[in-house]
Amino acid sequence: MNLIRIYGLFLRHFYLITRSFPRILDLIYWPTIQITLWGFISNFFATYSTYYNNAVGVILTCAILYDFLFRTSIGFNMLFLEEIWSRNFTNLFISPMKISEIITSLIGTALIRALIGLVPAILLTSPLFGISILNLGVSLFFLFLSLYIFGITLGILVSAGLLRFGPSFENIAWSTMFLIAPFGCIYYPADILPDFFQKVAYSMPLVYVFEEARRILVEQTVNIENIYFAFMLNIIYLTVAISLFYYSFNQARKKGTLINIGE
Amino acid sequence: MTDLVEVKNLKKNYSSKEAVKNISFNIKENEILGLLGPNGSGKTTTIGMLLGLLKPSGGEIRIDNMIFEKNRIEILSKINFISPYIELPKKLTVKQNLTVYGKLYNIDNLNERIEYLTEQLRLEELLDRITGELSSGQKNRASLAKALINKPKVLFLDEPTASLDPEIGDFVRSFLETYKQENKISILLASHNMNEVSRLCKSVLMMKNGLIIDEGTPEFLIDKHGRKNLEEVFLKLSRSENEFN
Repeated sequence: MNLIRIYGLFLRHFYLITRSFPRILDLIYWPTIQITLWGFISNFFATYSTYYNNAVGVILTCAILYDFLFRTSIGFNMLFLEEIWSRNFTNLFISPMKISEIITSLIGTALIRALIGLVPAILLTSPLFGISILNLGVSLFFLFLSLYIFGITLGILVSAGLLRFGPSFENIAWSTMFLIAPFGCIYYPADILPDFFQKVAYSMPLVYVFEEARRILVEQTVNIENIYFAFMLNIIYLTVAISLFYYSFNQARKKGTLINIGE
Repeated sequence: MTDLVEVKNLKKNYSSKEAVKNISFNIKENEILGLLGPNGSGKTTTIGMLLGLLKPSGGEIRIDNMIFEKNRIEILSKINFISPYIELPKKLTVKQNLTVYGKLYNIDNLNERIEYLTEQLRLEELLDRITGELSSGQKNRASLAKALINKPKVLFLDEPTASLDPEIGDFVRSFLETYKQENKISILLASHNMNEVSRLCKSVLMMKNGLIIDEGTPEFLIDKHGRKNLEEVFLKLSRSENEFN
């Protein structure tokens, strides 16, 4: 792995972000809107629901966590799609970048993009709603890490699809998060899902992350098992996603998709 | 002179067709080889394999004495490509694009290299301008600077002067001739501009239906086919029945 090449690809997207104020605004705008919206919904539940009476910030905290996942995943896909839209795809794939360097660079850039959106949203929750996501304590780092890895995993899976099937796969890129959200049990406990859906939910790391966030906020206890399961599942999914990306790249070279995407 | 590019029995099959059928050719150091043929003849597929974008179904490509499939990354650091069908990121300035690609190719003394290319390709006024806002001729020069950022030993050119006005087209051709001579690089030029091919190429490959149907110097081919110029040779070979298949 060559750090200069990884930095080079990061620089390509960093320049793009810093050149365009609307792009920065776009990164900040949606998370802020989401958080504000869910902040008011949380307030409503706090007033009228008995379930969340002791934890005003549960929904808002989960909204922030979900948004981080969403931004990371979409951010990774966007970086990949950006190369296709700007017809720069061929230039990238004829440069001496290893697949591992491309993935590493996009993972880092996606994190920075997600943080640009997330930090203002987190800062807003405290003065607007009197809630701080930092109430999750040390576990917050592990929850964010899990979401980050899973977001990246989804991004890599979708990018593998783009490599293999070309721009026609773009619609899948946008819908992945919405398809997965119901099984993530972001705003409700997994128990309310039908049995089969529960099995699907527990096969993904998301449910462990959000169950744990609720547990910490509502019961004030930490179940290290949830964090452990989420992490182990993440490692499995990430390994599969990276393997699939390599496989898709080789298939794209065989089928000619890299040429078709590039022009 | 040594062969920088060696192509032996190269094939590419897609599920329903053979796009390239067992072709072989070499490009020597300090040589420009023309690759001609009608649309669908296999030129783009051949270039795609030489750039590593396509995996050959058979045969072997060696560049700078290295087998492509075994040394893909190392070879990619020694080659580059320009085509009007691919572009540099539009929202970045020319200088930012050159910086990004300089990093991707891990170039030492990148600023010096950018300064050199800026001077050679008359880019001084364009460096801080947004690439997407440049004219075709300006974009072409910026793309050429990107294609030379890594001091390639082998340069692949696909229609490098398409859509350029005669003055810029002539500038690009003169630049390529001089740069090749000074740096002893090999160039594969795919073009439909027969005057350009006649001027730049020492030898020419004519492709049709995935095969090399004829080859030689432009003068040899004109003489062999009894035509006035390379364009007429091209038309004769393109329109002929599959006599060479």
